Amino acid sequence: MAVLTTREKLAILSDAAKYDASCASSGAAKRDSRKSGGIGSTEGMGICHSYAPDGRCISLLKILLTNFCIYDCSYCINRSSSNVKRARFTVDEIVRLTVTFYKRNYIEGLFLSSGVIRSPDETMAELVEVARRLREEENFSGYIHLKTIPECSPELLDAAGRYADRLSINIELPTDEGVKKLAPEKKPETIRLSMAALRSRIEEKAEPTLKTKKRQRFATGGQSTQMIIGADATPDAGILQTSARLYGSYRLRRVYYSAFSPIPDSSSALPLKKPPLMREHRLYQADWLMRFYGFAQNEILDGRPDGMLDLDIDPKLAWALSHRAMFPVDVNRADRESLLRVPGLGAKVVARIVETRRHRRLRLEDVGRLCQSISKVRPFIIAEGWSPGGLTDQPALREKIVSSCEQLSLF
Amino acid sequence: MQTALLDLSAHTVHLAGETDFAAWRDAARRLALAQIRPEDVAWRVGDEPNEGLPEPVPDSCLRVSREFVERAETVACHSDPERFALLYRMLWRMRSEPALLKIASDPDVRRFEAMEKSVRRDIHKMRAFVRFRMVGDDQRYVAWFEPEHFIVERNAPFFVRRFTGMSWSILTPFLCAHWDMTEVTFSPGAEKRDAPGDDAVEELWLTYYQNIFNPARLKMKAMQKEMPKKYWRNLPEAPLIPRLVAGADDAAKEMLARMPTVPAPHHAKVQARHWPADATPASENDGAEANSIAELRDAAKACRRCPLWRDATQTVFGEGPDKPDVVFVGEQPGDQEDLAGRPFVGPAGKVFDAVLGDAGIDRQKTYVTNAVKHFKFEPRGKRRIHSRPNAGEVQACRWWLDKELALAKPALVVALGATAALSLLGKAVPITKMRGQLVERDDGLRVFLTIHPSFILRIRDPDDKEAERARFLDDMLEVKKLLAA
Repeated sequence: MAVLTTREKLAILSDAAKYDASCASSGAAKRDSRKSGGIGSTEGMGICHSYAPDGRCISLLKILLTNFCIYDCSYCINRSSSNVKRARFTVDEIVRLTVTFYKRNYIEGLFLSSGVIRSPDETMAELVEVARRLREEENFSGYIHLKTIPECSPELLDAAGRYADRLSINIELPTDEGVKKLAPEKKPETIRLSMAALRSRIEEKAEPTLKTKKRQRFATGGQSTQMIIGADATPDAGILQTSARLYGSYRLRRVYYSAFSPIPDSSSALPLKKPPLMREHRLYQADWLMRFYGFAQNEILDGRPDGMLDLDIDPKLAWALSHRAMFPVDVNRADRESLLRVPGLGAKVVARIVETRRHRRLRLEDVGRLCQSISKVRPFIIAEGWSPGGLTDQPALREKIVSSCEQLSLF
Repeated sequence: MQTALLDLSAHTVHLAGETDFAAWRDAARRLALAQIRPEDVAWRVGDEPNEGLPEPVPDSCLRVSREFVERAETVACHSDPERFALLYRMLWRMRSEPALLKIASDPDVRRFEAMEKSVRRDIHKMRAFVRFRMVGDDQRYVAWFEPEHFIVERNAPFFVRRFTGMSWSILTPFLCAHWDMTEVTFSPGAEKRDAPGDDAVEELWLTYYQNIFNPARLKMKAMQKEMPKKYWRNLPEAPLIPRLVAGADDAAKEMLARMPTVPAPHHAKVQARHWPADATPASENDGAEANSIAELRDAAKACRRCPLWRDATQTVFGEGPDKPDVVFVGEQPGDQEDLAGRPFVGPAGKVFDAVLGDAGIDRQKTYVTNAVKHFKFEPRGKRRIHSRPNAGEVQACRWWLDKELALAKPALVVALGATAALSLLGKAVPITKMRGQLVERDDGLRVFLTIHPSFILRIRDPDDKEAERARFLDDMLEVKKLLAA
């Protein structure tokens, strides 16, 4: 086999990494290079340095160490039975690429994952070595996200957490049955145990030590996971149930949903169709409702017998339309929790409303100035000089809102 | 018409530069203290002397919130020539309306916020879209950038914090910033041709950009929202976009059309080596044949007797010596037990250990387990709220408890709480009424009834809590007596 150049390897190993949804570089502890004299900083909010035409942000150098893999997960382009071109970076190549890209301000840092070769420990050790060299030899303080191989040893997990800002273990599919069917070599039991171990370690290291009273650095950006949507038949209800369980059990920062995307040389076990992008979008909205809007998982799909989110309207509007007795809500009096349930009012807008109404009573126009589009909000609120009257209970309300939102998006 | 009006203004303030916030602040303070109305002030940028500015009033002060000053400094970077007038008008109004900034629906506040947001966004986009190119071999990095507002000075510290260990320059039409690894300096605006036109590394960056893009997910609107075209001209990757978009549909169709092929040649070898067929034995072992607690624990790992395994992390089996004096049975593992895979390690377990120590019961000779071996809970955000196992789940899990007891053959079993009692006695018992009693089962096993230690934790009142702990200690002393007998 001809020796591949770094550029050829980069082409293969970034192509292989693009099915990982996460590119987040937020949430890590603040840090910069003024003391160290090196390069790199993380200041809480991540930065997207570019956007690909798929609308996804490019924040990190997202690559695989290698796309050789002993696993044969049918949804994955790198599974062992795939005829995809294979390549393998050296530790040195990844370190150099990361630093060279960072110095040109292309990226916030590195998201390194890998196919599993030989054994989980050997592969994990190489990932950790990349992170160690960046931190200790290159004086690099940028963001590092390491994909963690569930079966790796606790010592490697410790080392990974010491160097990385975020660790992630992929849950792969929403149900254990799905994993058994599509990723027969993966063990859902082991994935749970690893997530549990990560949570315990993150919490333990966040406590100040008895001796030095200092907190040890350990994956300050927390842990996240990803599940593939649409590769198996699990309905949205099952997906959200799994997410709720993961957030509660392992304190994940994020669950990423990745619409199953047809991959070249795909396995015959999978649907060959365009990725369900709208479904993915609605799942993210529902996920937000659970995390920031006080919705319980079972509330969101309440009244949807098939357990699927409405693709035409967002889940909050769908919920409001089927719970009209809860509306209208008075923006000048209602508590924060009720305001958060109003379609079209985001968490920030609600905070502004609560702040502003301490000083003056809000009219409909005032609310309109605060939020993006009043047409979605109007039927669900009472304001100074405004009451929706019969509008809230009008049978054709759904169609009205949908058409007014469509008109807006024509511009 | 407007200029004519402005020329009539009684006071014209000249600020030395576009970002001369200190001068604005000084002038605004003097004007406000001299009761000069916003309509009578015109603000200009230019190096002319300020005549007719009221003298500073000694021993008087003007109070505005620190928040306003900080935010105003951001707004002052906006490219809108009206910004200084807006800021003065708000300052003026704030003397009688101190909460003005909180009134998000006020037109002045809205404009202020919109300008602030626009400056912040520009600052953020500069951090994102500046692209350094390396010059020659002397390791200097130079970038060309065209910001919308006057943000270079404000943003320079960010680039210092991030690129401390390299010398760099950011050139813009209005102002250039330079860092030589010790200090930042500024020089007048430059032109695009002053910046390097190429860098060999860009080829690698373009390779990355093309390959990280998934043609099956084309979403141009989402992309342009975050990376508007006005920034494209200085982004090396932007010229690729039209070609990637044009080819996306074909690329995606090709992906769909390409039929699944035969497995790669090395696949069979990998399978044979890493996943030999007999390496994954069917986990049909239900523990019926287990001869020791260890074997039983192993069999219980894959338990599917009820659906609780789905949401839990793992089976939390009993723990202790093979031949214990006494077996304590709790309800079910909690959050901490579920993570650790060991019973009685959470808050209730700590209370339990402490009381056992006080009672002088040797923890080394006790076996602890639960009636139900998976954690049952409701997720609530980042927590898990314990929910009580139902009769069916208790019944399903008795399979394991019965086998534990059969192997351990203890002289005494202690039921901690109602669920344990239900499991051990096969019927619901009023635990608060019957606590402290010893019940003998049909098979001769003696079961001592008491509360679950988590009950103590749930009591809010400190005195009640202490009293309940004392009662629990009494029960444990009784257990010790029973063991000695």
